[in-house]
Amino acid sequence: MQFLQHAQAMVALPEMVLAGLAMALLMFGVFRRDDANDAVTIGALVALAAAAVLVMTGSDGKGFGEAFINDSFARVMKLFTLFGSAVAVVLSVHFLKREKSARFEYPVLVLLATTGMMMMISANSLIALYMGLELQSLALYVVAAFNRDSARSSEAGLKYFVLGALSSGMLLYGASLIYGFTGTVSFTGIAQAIATNGAGIGVIFGIVFVIAGLAFKVSAVPFHMWTPDVYEGAPTPITAFFASAPKLAAMALFTRVMMQPFAAATAEWQQVLVFISIASMALGAFAAIGQTNIKRLLAYSSIGHMGYVLLGLAAGTLEGVRGVAIYMMIYLITTLGSFACVIAMRRQGRQVEEIADLAGLARTDRGLAFVLAMLMFSLAGIPPLAGFFAKLFIFLAAVKTGLFILAIIGVVTSVVGAYYYLRIVKLMYFDEPAEAFDPMDGEVKLVAYAAGAFTLLFVLIANPLLNLALTAAQAFAAP
Amino acid sequence: MTIGLSHYLTVAAILFTIGMFGIFLNRKNVIVILMSIELMLLAVNVNLVAFSAFLHDLVGQVFALLVLTVAAGEAAIGLAILVTYFRNRGSIAVEDINLMKG
Repeated sequence: MQFLQHAQAMVALPEMVLAGLAMALLMFGVFRRDDANDAVTIGALVALAAAAVLVMTGSDGKGFGEAFINDSFARVMKLFTLFGSAVAVVLSVHFLKREKSARFEYPVLVLLATTGMMMMISANSLIALYMGLELQSLALYVVAAFNRDSARSSEAGLKYFVLGALSSGMLLYGASLIYGFTGTVSFTGIAQAIATNGAGIGVIFGIVFVIAGLAFKVSAVPFHMWTPDVYEGAPTPITAFFASAPKLAAMALFTRVMMQPFAAATAEWQQVLVFISIASMALGAFAAIGQTNIKRLLAYSSIGHMGYVLLGLAAGTLEGVRGVAIYMMIYLITTLGSFACVIAMRRQGRQVEEIADLAGLARTDRGLAFVLAMLMFSLAGIPPLAGFFAKLFIFLAAVKTGLFILAIIGVVTSVVGAYYYLRIVKLMYFDEPAEAFDPMDGEVKLVAYAAGAFTLLFVLIANPLLNLALTAAQAFAAP
Repeated sequence: MTIGLSHYLTVAAILFTIGMFGIFLNRKNVIVILMSIELMLLAVNVNLVAFSAFLHDLVGQVFALLVLTVAAGEAAIGLAILVTYFRNRGSIAVEDINLMKG
């Protein structure tokens, strides 16, 4: 006990509770004779809720020799991560049962991945960063290959594993260089070392490697190759999970690493981020046009969206961080809603994934068609839906720092991107109807309709969310 | 000639590059890719230990030990995924991993 007090371990209470409950649920599932899937799923949701309560009531501060930090940014991001994971668990309940791959390990793996994500968000040293990232990634590799009787799912897992391990290696090589040339692994120490000695060639090398590793985790160009294949191969609720919580956590980590330890080297990393951002926006807009599979289309769309988020981060200001926080919140909810609609695409008991299967949906299921249309309009950034405000704050931050060309490229690519989102809407409303989909499961319907309502009514609840994002960004204000 | 920090860093950089080329140029089978990943992580460990000795700071060696344990876990999970893949496809040749284009 004394050791825990000495380490100020209380700042990491939500993570410890989540990890403990995950292992307890694993034991429960292993030793129970009959099917433990439902009980473990409910247990996982309870664990996520408990962690959310602890995050909300926890106090700010640093623990474990400054390796772990809890501040307003971490708290907001953790709440949204927990929310995303919980929705992903809920979405998978009936789907995995139908695909005969409902095993109690899935909620446990999601809990472990979520623990890793929360550690990433709170990391304040290179070691904590690496540990959190690996805990999250190792669980995600397994989850991607979760449908172990499907060749496509195991291929997705294999591809994700190989490229993920490569990116972890690059991140680690960068971390070792930064440790060597600044003499410390603590983010506070690195910030001081760079501020006093400037960023030498060794440190800049390290920063570039670290950015490469993090860009992989958020699937930004040129480290995006895994995204379409993994999205297509993994079972759809698991893809929904990949697209939501881990992206948000990785982007939060990206933001913290750029804004805290490397704050003094902003001029150096800004150029790298500008390049990654432009490349992601362009690829996301153009490569999605030719897709016929809706999961691949959403994969390219997510690459493009990460480009916009990185544009906000490239601004390197508090406003940029606020834009990143708002964008990620809205992106999380819109993506979960879109994937709920994809899960609802089921005919005669079989999942269909082609965009053409959506033809004439407005005549067979008016509600679903309207929700999906709203989500697509929001992803395209059409006012007054949520996605418009997300892009607005990003472009505002970019323009205020003088990144005019970047903002213009962003607007142009979002116009190009609008083409393929609107194509889906056109298909649903004006084409000859295909056969109707099977009735939706209750939880899928709930998630889809709630996300649709959120994007449609965002204007009404914009203020509290904007204030939340502002509080989050304040964590990076100079002390 | 004394062996200094720069020699260790050069060796680590060479090992790291060999590992990375092993992943990209390898056209045979996935086991070789797993070995290449291991090589990259070990190159990082050489870096960390060399810096640790140079800086007279133990943190680098703690980091290296942590990397070793995580690398073991990573290899275990990689092999497990590879086994399920082999059961489904009956092959682990890199050129056969092509169910989805990309």
